[in-house]
Amino acid sequence: MIAAILQVVLVVAGAPLLVGLMRQVRARLEGRAGAGVLQPWRDLRKLLRKEPIAPRGTGWVFRLAPLLLAASALVVTAVVPLVTTASPLDGVADLFAVTALLALGSVALALGALDTGTAFGGMGASREVTVLALVEPTILLAVFALSVRVGSTNLGAIVNSTLDDPLAVISPASVLAAVALAVVIIAETGRIPVDNPSTHLELTMIHEAMVLEYSGPDLALIEWASAIRLSVLLGLLGSLFAPWGIAGADAGPVALLVAVVALAVKVGVLGALLAAGEVFMAKLRLFRIPELLAGSFLMALLAVGASFFLA
Amino acid sequence: MNLTQTAFGLSLTLCLAAALAALALPRRARPAVAGALTAAAGASAVASGAAAVAGQGWSAWYPDLLPLLGVRLALDPLGGVFLAVTGAVAVCAAIYGIGYTRHGLAGRGVQAAMPLFVAAMLLVPAAAGVGTFLVAWELMAITSLLLVVAEHHRRAAAGEAGQWYAVMTHLGFAVILAGLAALAAHAGGDAFDEIRQAAISPVAASLIFLATGAGFASKAGIVPLHVWLPRAHPEAPSQVSALMSAAMVNMGVYGILRVGLDLLGGGPAWWWLLVLGAGAASAVYGILHAAVSADLKRLLGHSTTENMGLVLIGVGAAGFFAASGSRALAALALVAALLHAINHSAFKTLLFLAAGSVLHATGTRDLDALGGLRERMPYTTALFALGALAASALPPGNGFVSEWLLLQSLVNALPEGGVRHAVTMPLAVGAIALTAGVAIATFVKAFGVGFLAKPRGEGAATAHESPPTMLAGMLLAAAACVGLALAPTLLLPYLAETAGGVIGAPAAVTGEVTLRLGGIASTISPLLIACWLAAALVLVLALLRVFAARRARREARLWDCGAGPMTARMEYTATSFAEPLGRVFDNVLRPESDIDVIPAKESAYIVERVRYRARVADRIERRAYEPVLAAFAAAGRAATRLANGSVHRYLAYGFYTLTGTLILLAVIA
Repeated sequence: MIAAILQVVLVVAGAPLLVGLMRQVRARLEGRAGAGVLQPWRDLRKLLRKEPIAPRGTGWVFRLAPLLLAASALVVTAVVPLVTTASPLDGVADLFAVTALLALGSVALALGALDTGTAFGGMGASREVTVLALVEPTILLAVFALSVRVGSTNLGAIVNSTLDDPLAVISPASVLAAVALAVVIIAETGRIPVDNPSTHLELTMIHEAMVLEYSGPDLALIEWASAIRLSVLLGLLGSLFAPWGIAGADAGPVALLVAVVALAVKVGVLGALLAAGEVFMAKLRLFRIPELLAGSFLMALLAVGASFFLA
Repeated sequence: MNLTQTAFGLSLTLCLAAALAALALPRRARPAVAGALTAAAGASAVASGAAAVAGQGWSAWYPDLLPLLGVRLALDPLGGVFLAVTGAVAVCAAIYGIGYTRHGLAGRGVQAAMPLFVAAMLLVPAAAGVGTFLVAWELMAITSLLLVVAEHHRRAAAGEAGQWYAVMTHLGFAVILAGLAALAAHAGGDAFDEIRQAAISPVAASLIFLATGAGFASKAGIVPLHVWLPRAHPEAPSQVSALMSAAMVNMGVYGILRVGLDLLGGGPAWWWLLVLGAGAASAVYGILHAAVSADLKRLLGHSTTENMGLVLIGVGAAGFFAASGSRALAALALVAALLHAINHSAFKTLLFLAAGSVLHATGTRDLDALGGLRERMPYTTALFALGALAASALPPGNGFVSEWLLLQSLVNALPEGGVRHAVTMPLAVGAIALTAGVAIATFVKAFGVGFLAKPRGEGAATAHESPPTMLAGMLLAAAACVGLALAPTLLLPYLAETAGGVIGAPAAVTGEVTLRLGGIASTISPLLIACWLAAALVLVLALLRVFAARRARREARLWDCGAGPMTARMEYTATSFAEPLGRVFDNVLRPESDIDVIPAKESAYIVERVRYRARVADRIERRAYEPVLAAFAAAGRAATRLANGSVHRYLAYGFYTLTGTLILLAVIA
C-alpha cells in the first residue's frame, strides 16, 4: 500500500519534470538554452493562480472534462505496476481496463472540445477520436501477444513473468509488441510524428486544438494530466519490457528506493530518446497517420502470430 | 402451478387485455391504459423469465389450441434469459409509449398491435415445438411490420422501409420454415424434446443449420442480410424501434443458439467459424456505417448490427470451442455473448428512447440540424450520455464488462488450441478491437454533435423537455444500465449456470465483487473501478480547492479569431466530424459526393453558388440487392406482355399447362 501511494505521488510530482526534461533535450539539440527542467511546474503554478474562465455557451460537459481526464489518469497511475508489482488495485483492472480508462479520458476531452461549438474544437475532437479509433486495435492485439505467454492480462502477472524469465523479452513476440506499443504510445500522447505538442496555430494540430478554450486552473489540470499520461505510458513500456529494479510484494525501504530510482532512470531515458527523435523528424500529414498506425497494427498481429508459432 | 407458469400466463393475458382495451377504449384513455397493461405484462414476463433462469422449469402442451399440432410451451433457463430481457425492454417501451403516442399515434391499430407484438416476442423463447415456434415467429413479424408502417401517411420513407422489411422478414421466415420442417421430418416429431433425442445425419444437420441460420441471422441484422434493419428501425415509432432493436433482434441469436447448440447438439467446427466470421464482418461493417451516418436513429440501427455481430462472435466462439473440446472456454464465450446481448438490450433501449425524445421535441433525426440540446433537454441529454458511455464500451459503462469477458475468452483460447485457433482468434480480437475504437468515435459524434454546443436548426432551437412518462421509461432503462455496469456479478452466476447447462460445462465465471474466470488468471472489478474513479475525481477536486485560486468563474467570449461572434454555421457537423474516418475507410465505405458549382451569369469565373452533397451508400446493398431487384423488375415488365387481354391466349395457357402436367405425371409415374 505504501509502495502504491509512493508510486502515485512520484508520478504526480515527476510527470511535469519529465515534460521539462524532454523540452530541455529538444532545446539543447536545436542549439537553444532552454527554459530549464522545472519550467512546466512553474507554468502549472502560474495557471493555477489565474481566474477560472467559462467561455459563453459552454456547459457541464466542458467543466467536467478536465476533472475526468485527470481522475482517469490518476486511476491508471495507481493500477499500472511502475514502482511495485503489488499494487492494491492489480486485481481490479488489467491491461484492457487501463487502455479503456485512458480512452475514457480522451473521450471526455473530445466532448469538452465539442461543447465549445468552435470550429477548432470540433476539428481537434474529430481528429483525436479518429486516431483513437485506429490506435485501439493495435493496443488490444499487443496486449494479446503479451498475455499469451503468461495466461493472464493482469499487469502484475505479466511483469512478474518477465522477471522470472528475463530472456522472454528478446523473443520475437515481445520485440514486435514493444515496437507496436511504442508507436501507439507516440500516437496516444500526441507527439511527433502524429501530433506536435508545441504548436498552437497550425491546421494540423490535434490535441492543442481541443484545449484551445481552456484557461487557468482547467488548463493546468489538462496539462498536468497529459504529462501524467505520458509518464505512465513510458513507465508501462519500461515495466513491460525491462522490469528490472521494480519492487516485489513485500519489499523493504531499500528495494523501494531502488525501484524509484530505476523508474526515474527508465522513464527519463525513454523520454530523452523520444525528444531526441522528435528533433530529427517532421510531423506527418494527418492522412498519412493511418498508414503509420496500420503498420503498427500489422506488427501487433505478427507479434500474436509469433507468440503462438515461435513460442 | 409454479411461478414461471403463473407469471408467463399472466403476462400473455395482460398483453391480450391491453390489445382489447386499445380496441375498445376512447382515444383519450387509450395510450395510458394500453401502455400500463403492456408494462405490467412485461414486468410479469421478467418475473417468469427470472424464475425459469433460477431453475423453475415448466412445460405444457395444449393439443386443441392449434389444429394438427397443438401448442407446445416450455421454459428452460436459456429461454428464460431471453424472456426476461424482452419483458424488461417491454416495460420501458410501454411506459415511454404512454407519453410518446399521445399525439398522432393513438389510433386503434397501432395501440393494439404493440401489445400483440410484445406477446409474440414472449412466445418465441417459450415455444417448445416447431409448429408453435413458427406461429409465434410469424406473429412477431406481422405485428412488427404493422408498427413499422404506422407513420407511412406522414413519411413516404416508412412505406418503403415497410416493403424492405416485409420482403426480408418473409424470406427469412421461408428458410426457417423449410429448415425446421426438415428438422421435424428427420426427427419424426414436432416437439423439441423428440428432436433432441433423434439422430440426424450430418449432411441433413448441416443443411438445416445453414437454412435456419440464414433466417435467424437476417432477423439479427447480420451482414449481408442486414439491409432492412437500418431502414425499418429508424422509421418505426421510437418505442417500437427500441422493442425491435433491443428485443426482437435477440430472437435471431436465440434461434441460432436453440437450433445449433441445443436441438442439433453442437455440430462441426466449421458451422461456428461461419457464425464467428459473419459476426466479425457485421461488427466492423455495422459500426463503420454508424460512424458515418448523420441520422441519429439510423446510426443506432447500424450500431445494432455491430452489437449483434459482437454477440455472434461470442456464440460462434462458444460453438467452435465446444466442437474442439475446450468446454470451459466455450461456456465462458457463451456467458460473454449472453451478457453482451443483455447489455445491448439495456443501452439500446435507452438510446432509442432518448433519440425518440429528441425527435419528439425537435421534429428531426438529422444530427447536422441538432445540437444545443444540453440546456433545453437536460434530462434527455444526461440519459443519452449514459447510454453512449455504455455503447462505446468504456468503463464504468456496462458494455465494457461484456466486451472484456468476450476478449478474455478469445485471448485465452490460443494456448489450448491448434493452428485453427491461432489463425482465427487474433483476427476476431482485431475485429472486436477495431469495432471498439470506431464505436467510441461514433458515440462521441452522436452525443457531442447532437446534444452539445449551439443549435444548428430551427427544431433544436425550440426544443423542450419530454413529458414525465417518457422520462420514466428512459430512467428505468438507465437504471438497468447502471445496475449492469456496477453489479454484473449479481447476474453472472445465473448466466454462467445457464451457459454451462447449454454447453455441458461447469460455471465459467465466479466472484462477488471481482470477476474471476474458471481456469484463467485474469480478473477485473467493475464496481471497484467505478469507486476508484469517483475517489480520484474527489481527490482532484480537493487538490484544486487547495491549490487553485478561489475566485468565481467569469464568463468570456469564445475565441473567434477576432472576426465577431461565432455562429452555429461554424460548428463542426456530424458529417464533417466523421469525414476523416470516412476517408480512412474509403475502400470499405466508398462515400459518394457531388459538387455543383453554379457560376454567375456575367462570368464563368465568378461563382454564385456551390452545392455539395455527400452520401454513403451501403455497398452490399448496391452490389448484391440492386441487381436482383432490377432483374425482378425487368422480368415483371417482360411478363406484362404475356397478359394482353386476349381470352384465346389465356385458354391456350391453360391448355398447355394441363397437357404439360399430364405428360410430366405420365413420365414420373
